[in-house]
Amino acid sequence: MPDDRSTLTRDEVAHLARLARLAVTEDELDLFAGQLDVILGAVARIGDVAAADIEPTSHAVPLQNVLRPDGVAPSLPRDAVLAGAPSVEDDRFRVPQILGEEE
Amino acid sequence: MSELFELSAAETAASIAAGHASAVEVAQAHLDRISDVDSDVRAFLHVDPEGALTAARAVDERRRAGEPLGPLAGVPLAMKDVVVTKGLPTTSGSKILQGWIPPYDATVTRRVREAGIVMLGKTNMDEFAMGSSTENSAYQVTRNPWDLSRVPGGSSGGSSAAVAAFEAPLSIGTDTGGSIRQPAAVTGIVGHKPTYGAVSRYGLIAFSSSLDQAGPFGRTVEDTALLHQVLAGHDPLDSTSIPQAGPDVVTAAREGARADLSGIRVGIVTELTGAGGGYQEGVLASFRNAVAILRSLGAEVVEVSCPHFDYALAAYYLIAPSEASSNLARFDSVRYGLRVGDDGSHSLEEVMSLTREQGFGAEVKRRIMIGTYALSSGYYDAYYGQAQKVRTLIAADFTRAFEQADVLVSPTSPFVAFGVGERVADPMAMYVNDLCTLPASLAGTPAISVPCGLSDETGPALPVGLQIMAPAMADDRCYRVGAAFEAAYIAAHGHILKGMPRLGSVGAGADGAAR
Repeated sequence: MPDDRSTLTRDEVAHLARLARLAVTEDELDLFAGQLDVILGAVARIGDVAAADIEPTSHAVPLQNVLRPDGVAPSLPRDAVLAGAPSVEDDRFRVPQILGEEE
Repeated sequence: MSELFELSAAETAASIAAGHASAVEVAQAHLDRISDVDSDVRAFLHVDPEGALTAARAVDERRRAGEPLGPLAGVPLAMKDVVVTKGLPTTSGSKILQGWIPPYDATVTRRVREAGIVMLGKTNMDEFAMGSSTENSAYQVTRNPWDLSRVPGGSSGGSSAAVAAFEAPLSIGTDTGGSIRQPAAVTGIVGHKPTYGAVSRYGLIAFSSSLDQAGPFGRTVEDTALLHQVLAGHDPLDSTSIPQAGPDVVTAAREGARADLSGIRVGIVTELTGAGGGYQEGVLASFRNAVAILRSLGAEVVEVSCPHFDYALAAYYLIAPSEASSNLARFDSVRYGLRVGDDGSHSLEEVMSLTREQGFGAEVKRRIMIGTYALSSGYYDAYYGQAQKVRTLIAADFTRAFEQADVLVSPTSPFVAFGVGERVADPMAMYVNDLCTLPASLAGTPAISVPCGLSDETGPALPVGLQIMAPAMADDRCYRVGAAFEAAYIAAHGHILKGMPRLGSVGAGADGAAR
């Protein structure tokens, strides 16, 4: 299997985890670096297919401009929506501070 | 006399409509069966006796009042936990949604309730439907009723195990890369992945939006068709829902049961017959027998080549993780589910990262990171873009193949059920379970798995599935050919579940369904 991809490093995995908002542990970095590398090696053969002039398919059933009448319909009651939230204050979702101290 | 829980869904509905059994009696018989065997099988994450009996009482009252009942009124059903159910816990197999009670019903749930079907509870699954063994559930390991040391397939393994173990005659699964068909195959039941867009995705917790499709499980092709008919139909709440009516799959299943396939062209897909190795010999032997049965029913068997199917695994494991990495961004600790580290010292972004770290299991993290990688600038064209082009080529292979054949067949999975723990350490060993099911997922075409034999290659006799694939919106062909095959198989061997070892304290297993 041709694979000219360089090996995925621990630092690259840490970068991916940061992008994906996953506070992975040191142990996980070691585990995932190896596993992700094997998976990426296996899927790299996708590059073997000569597909330069082929249209990409994003959806099995091509549909365009799916519209509906712009009517008013009831939405979920506020209390029902907030009931599942981890933290609520003054009938709103309560979130931690947006800006960290270093930003 | 057979137990109520041994009846097929069609028999159960007929029995209730005729007044031979009440819906409450039927519901109670299944709740008792769950109490009897689910400590071994562990198919359910949540059982809802109160809700089930209330729904059953409503059916009985409607019958007494002389109101018309639907064809599945009073029939119990097990719902995969990826489907949102108002008032019933819904976790998608993940800790990040532990304790969440949805404020609304999925369209699938609504259709089930409106049909008078009695929902018994929610079934276990691989976390966010990512896996082929249900071992990626954050909660429990579901066991295969044929051999409790083995997996029930996945990701809809709770739903497949519940039906195989006679805990419910019907269940609902979702199939992104094979998650209905493979668990059906390895537990000896029927499972159908409808044409993409035939069943609404509104209220399914999204894994890979361009691939996810909900569908039915049953112990017979007719039962599976009856549930399909309830689920399918256009839904304005899902923009990818097909705005036309689908085919009449119930009639197709009933006509198919006459077991005459004269004039039907069946194509064997060269690339899915294990020529390159990797398939168990017992699976291939059952498949060859199945093809011989189809031929004996009058089908014309041809061989077709779909060269790009060899790249389906690579395309799938780029497209699905890419979409998952985007879809799962919604689990941000704000609107629902878990929140970790909200102690005043962490920013929102840190709380998000800590929550997702603690709330997601290893396979979910792996797929999110693979998706993040495949979508990142510099890699997008080589990975995600290229995978989408290969998807076009796979769909074109199907189009050409369906010029030569009315349906295509293959084994559903290269393997029979494997042991709990056997493949968890190696992600690729798990991914190859999906080899035969991925092409139809990528093309959005329908496919059914029907039991086609037993293999004792790895120890005890275990079920093998036959996959029957059809063109988009021709789901009826899957049911027609599947029912014909089933009729011939049962005539020769009896119902496959008759061969399953006895579970629980009452009932031998399959008298009712084993006509």
